[in-house]
Amino acid sequence: MTTPTPVPPARAQHASAQDTRLLEMRGITKLFPGVRALSDVNLTLRAGRVTALIGENGAGKSTLVKTMTGIYRPDGGDIRIDGAPVVFTAPAMAESAGITAIHQETVLFDELSVAENIFAGHAPTTRFGLIDRKAMLARAGALLRTLDAPFGPHTRLKDLSIGQRHLVAVARALSVEARVIIMDEPTAALSQKEADELFAIVERLKAQGRAILFISHKFEEVFRIADDYAVFRDGRSVGAGALADTDQAEIVRLMVGRPVEQTFPKLAVTPGELVLEVEDYAHPTEFDGVSFQLRRGEILGLYGLVGAGRSEFCQSLFGITRPSRGRLRIKGRDTVIRSPGDAIRAGLVYVPEERGRHGAVLAMPIVDNMTLATLPEVSRYGVISRAREFALARRYAERLDLRAASLSQPVGTLSGGNQQKIVISKWLATQPDIIILDEPSKGIDIGSKAAVHGFISELAAQGLAVIMISSELPEILGMSDRVLVMREGRPIHLYDRAGLTAETLVRAATGNTDSHPELAA
Amino acid sequence: MTMLTPNAPFSTGQNRAGQDRAGQNRSGPDRAPSPTPPMRRIPDRTDAPLTALLKSWEALLLLLAAAIFTANSFASPYFLDVWNLSDATFNFTEKAIVALALAFVILAGEIDISVAGIIALSSTLMGATAAAGQPMPVVVGVGLLTGLACGAVNGLLVTGLELPSIVATIGTMSLFRGLAYGILGDGAYTRYPEGFAYFGQGYVWEWLSFEVTVFLGLALLAGFLLHRTSLGRAVRAIGHNPTAAAFSGLKVRRIKFWLFAATGLAAGVASVMLTSRLGSTRPSIATGWELEIVTMVVLGGVAITGGVGTIPGVVLAALVMGLLTFGLGLLNVSGIIMSIVVGVMLIAVIALPVLARKLSNRMRRTTP
Repeated sequence: MTTPTPVPPARAQHASAQDTRLLEMRGITKLFPGVRALSDVNLTLRAGRVTALIGENGAGKSTLVKTMTGIYRPDGGDIRIDGAPVVFTAPAMAESAGITAIHQETVLFDELSVAENIFAGHAPTTRFGLIDRKAMLARAGALLRTLDAPFGPHTRLKDLSIGQRHLVAVARALSVEARVIIMDEPTAALSQKEADELFAIVERLKAQGRAILFISHKFEEVFRIADDYAVFRDGRSVGAGALADTDQAEIVRLMVGRPVEQTFPKLAVTPGELVLEVEDYAHPTEFDGVSFQLRRGEILGLYGLVGAGRSEFCQSLFGITRPSRGRLRIKGRDTVIRSPGDAIRAGLVYVPEERGRHGAVLAMPIVDNMTLATLPEVSRYGVISRAREFALARRYAERLDLRAASLSQPVGTLSGGNQQKIVISKWLATQPDIIILDEPSKGIDIGSKAAVHGFISELAAQGLAVIMISSELPEILGMSDRVLVMREGRPIHLYDRAGLTAETLVRAATGNTDSHPELAA
Repeated sequence: MTMLTPNAPFSTGQNRAGQDRAGQNRSGPDRAPSPTPPMRRIPDRTDAPLTALLKSWEALLLLLAAAIFTANSFASPYFLDVWNLSDATFNFTEKAIVALALAFVILAGEIDISVAGIIALSSTLMGATAAAGQPMPVVVGVGLLTGLACGAVNGLLVTGLELPSIVATIGTMSLFRGLAYGILGDGAYTRYPEGFAYFGQGYVWEWLSFEVTVFLGLALLAGFLLHRTSLGRAVRAIGHNPTAAAFSGLKVRRIKFWLFAATGLAAGVASVMLTSRLGSTRPSIATGWELEIVTMVVLGGVAITGGVGTIPGVVLAALVMGLLTFGLGLLNVSGIIMSIVVGVMLIAVIALPVLARKLSNRMRRTTP
C-alpha cells in the first residue's frame, strides 16, 4: 500500500471505554476430510468494539464465521455468549442468539422488496399467522431511516446498487436485534464513497454497543475502522490484541509468517507494437464513445466508481454483449467479435469479476476448469488427453503457487485467492495477446494479491497487453502505465503514470472536487 | 515479490514464465526468488481409482442389479435360460436408447419430456408411409427423420425462443401425440413392408438381438462422448454453470440444440424398433414412456439439476429396471403393482445415499 494510512482519532477513545466480553470462542477445532481447517483457535469479540479478523486466503476465516453462525459444528472447543456456553446446531439458533453475518457477496432476493428482504424468515405476523405487511413496512422504513438509506422499503432489491444492498443487509441484521454482526469483506464491491458511508454505519453500530467482526484484506480499512485484531494463519490463531499496540508491518508479519514486500511489483517495460485499437465503442445504455490504443507490454488501468460501465464495456470487447457502434482493430487487423469464442481466437480474453458466476465452474475439478477454454488444444479429434490436461494444469498450478489437496478437487472448495489463480490460468492457457482483468484482486488476501500482481507484471514484461479494471486506488496507481477513468459510461480522461495522484483519479471518477474527504487533506 | 519458487520448473534463469507463450522469448525480469517455502507437489487425484469406484453410485446399482438377477433366478426356473434372458432385454432396450440421449440433455441442465410423443408421431408417420406402399428403407428413413425434426423443434424452442425446456417439451409432448391422434384417429396401421420386422424382432447372431446390439453400440458411443471428448466436458460445464461455460467460449446454444435434436433422433430409433416389434401403430403407442425414461436417467445417478452423472450409471439403471419389471412379470405381478414397485425403488435408491450421509455425519459429530 503506497498511500499513507491516516490514523483515525476515534480509535483511542473507544479503546478504554467498554471491556465486556460478548462472544468468546475457545479452542475451536474443525476437521474436514483430509484437512484441519481450524485447530485450537481463539477469538474474543467485545461489545462496542470492532474486531478485525485478518488472515490469508485459506487461513480459516470463513470456516470460523460458519462455525460462529451455526452452519458448521466445531469438532472441539466451546463458544460462549456473555460467559454462558452455547451450542448451535442450525443457523437459526445462532441468529436467535444475536449473531448475524453479512456476506461477501450479499445473498438477498432480487425480486422481493427491501422490506421483504429485511424480514425474510422473521416477518411480523397478524393474529392469523399471515404476514403483517403494514407492520413490516413500518418497521423496515424505521430501520432504513436510522441508516439514512436513500431508498424506501417498497423498492425492489434488483433496482439497488451493490452498496445499497449492503445497507439492506445491515438493516436485516438490525431487524433481528443482532448483537454480534459479522461483516465479511463488506467493501469488496464498494466504491470509496460507498465504503465511507458503510464505515459511518459501522461507527453507529459500535456506539450502540454491538460487537462487530470485520473481515477485510485492506489494511487501510482495518486500521481506520477496527479497534482489536485477530490474525489467523493456516487454521491457527497467531496473534490478537488492540490495534493501537501494533502496526501494519507487524500484522503482515503475523499473517504470512514471512516478510512481504508491500509495494506493487510494477516492472519497467518498453511498450511494443500496437496490439489493440478501440474506436468509439458504444452501447445503447451502458457506455458511449470509448476509444483508446494499447501496446504490447502495457498495463492500462480502468478506474471509475462501481457502475461506471467499465465491466460492461470490457464484456462487449469480449463478445458477451454487442456494441451498437464502434470499431476494433487487433494486431492491426479490423476484427469483429460476436462471441467469446471469436474473442479467444482473436487473442483477447476477459477474466471476469465474479468468479463463482462467470469465472469458474465451482463444482468441477481444478483440472477441468483450467482447460475449459482450451479444450481443442488438449484434445485430438475431440478426444481429450488426460495426460496433456494434467500437464497443463500442473504447469499453471506451479507457476501461480496454487494451494490445493489435488488437481481433481472441485474449485468451489478452494479459497477465493486460489480460485482466482485457476481462472487466470484458464485464460493464460489460451495464450492471448490481450488480457482484460476485471477486479483481479477482489476478495483475495495480501499473499495471493502480491502473487497475482507480480504475475500480471511479468505477463506484461513478456509482451502481453493488459487491461485492468480496479476500484482500488493503490492497485491502479501501482500497476498501470496509463489510466483511463470512466464515469457514467463515458471515458473522462486518459492519464499517464507519471505524476498521477489518487486525488486526480477520484476527482475525475466522481466528477466533483470535494467528494473524497480522506484524500482532501 | 514473485510467486515463482526456486524449485518450480519455470524458474530457470532469465525467462521464467515465458515457455508457455510460443515465440515469446523476451527476457524476463531478473529478481531474487521469493522466500516462499518449497512447494508441495499437488497430486492429480485424491482417491485411488479403485477406492473411488467402490464408493460410486454405479457400484450400488451393480449390486442392486445382481440382487434382482439372483432373486429372479430363484423366482422362476426358466429365468436363467439364455433365450429367456435375451427376451428380457426387449423390456428395456428401446427406452434405454432414448435414456442414453436424454442423459446428455439432463446433464446440460435441461429436460425433454416429449420423447414418448415423438415415438408416437414417428410411428404414425411410418405407418402412413407404409400404407402408401413405400419400401422399407423409406419407412425407416421417415421414422428417423421425424424423430430428428421433432428434436430440432424442441431445440429451437429452448435455444432460439429461450423457453424453459420443461415448459417447451410439455407443450410439444401434447403437440406430437396430438398430431398422431389427428392423423390416425381410432385406427391403426398394421401393414409394414417386408424386412421391417427385423429391427424389433431380428437377431444378429444366435440369441443376440438386433435391439440389444444397437443399444450396446450406442451405449459405448455415448460413454465415449461423455467421458472422453471435449463435447462431454462442455455438456457437464454447461449443466453446472451455463454462464461460466459461455464466458469460457463454449457454444452453449448450439450444443444444447444438438442435444435436443439427438434425443429426437434417439426417439426415432426407438420408434422404428418398437413399431417393428409390435408390427402395428396406434396413436397411444409408448404412452407413459417419458416418465420411465426420465426415471432410468435419474436412477442412473444423473443429477436432475445438471452437471453430474455417468453413462455406465444409466446403462446399469436400465438393466435394473428391465430385470425388475421382467422378474415381476415372471411372477405374474400386475402392471399397477409393477409401477408401484418401480416408484418405491426409485425413491429408495435415491434416498439411501442421502440417509447414509446424514447418519455418518451424525456419528461423526457425536464422537469427536
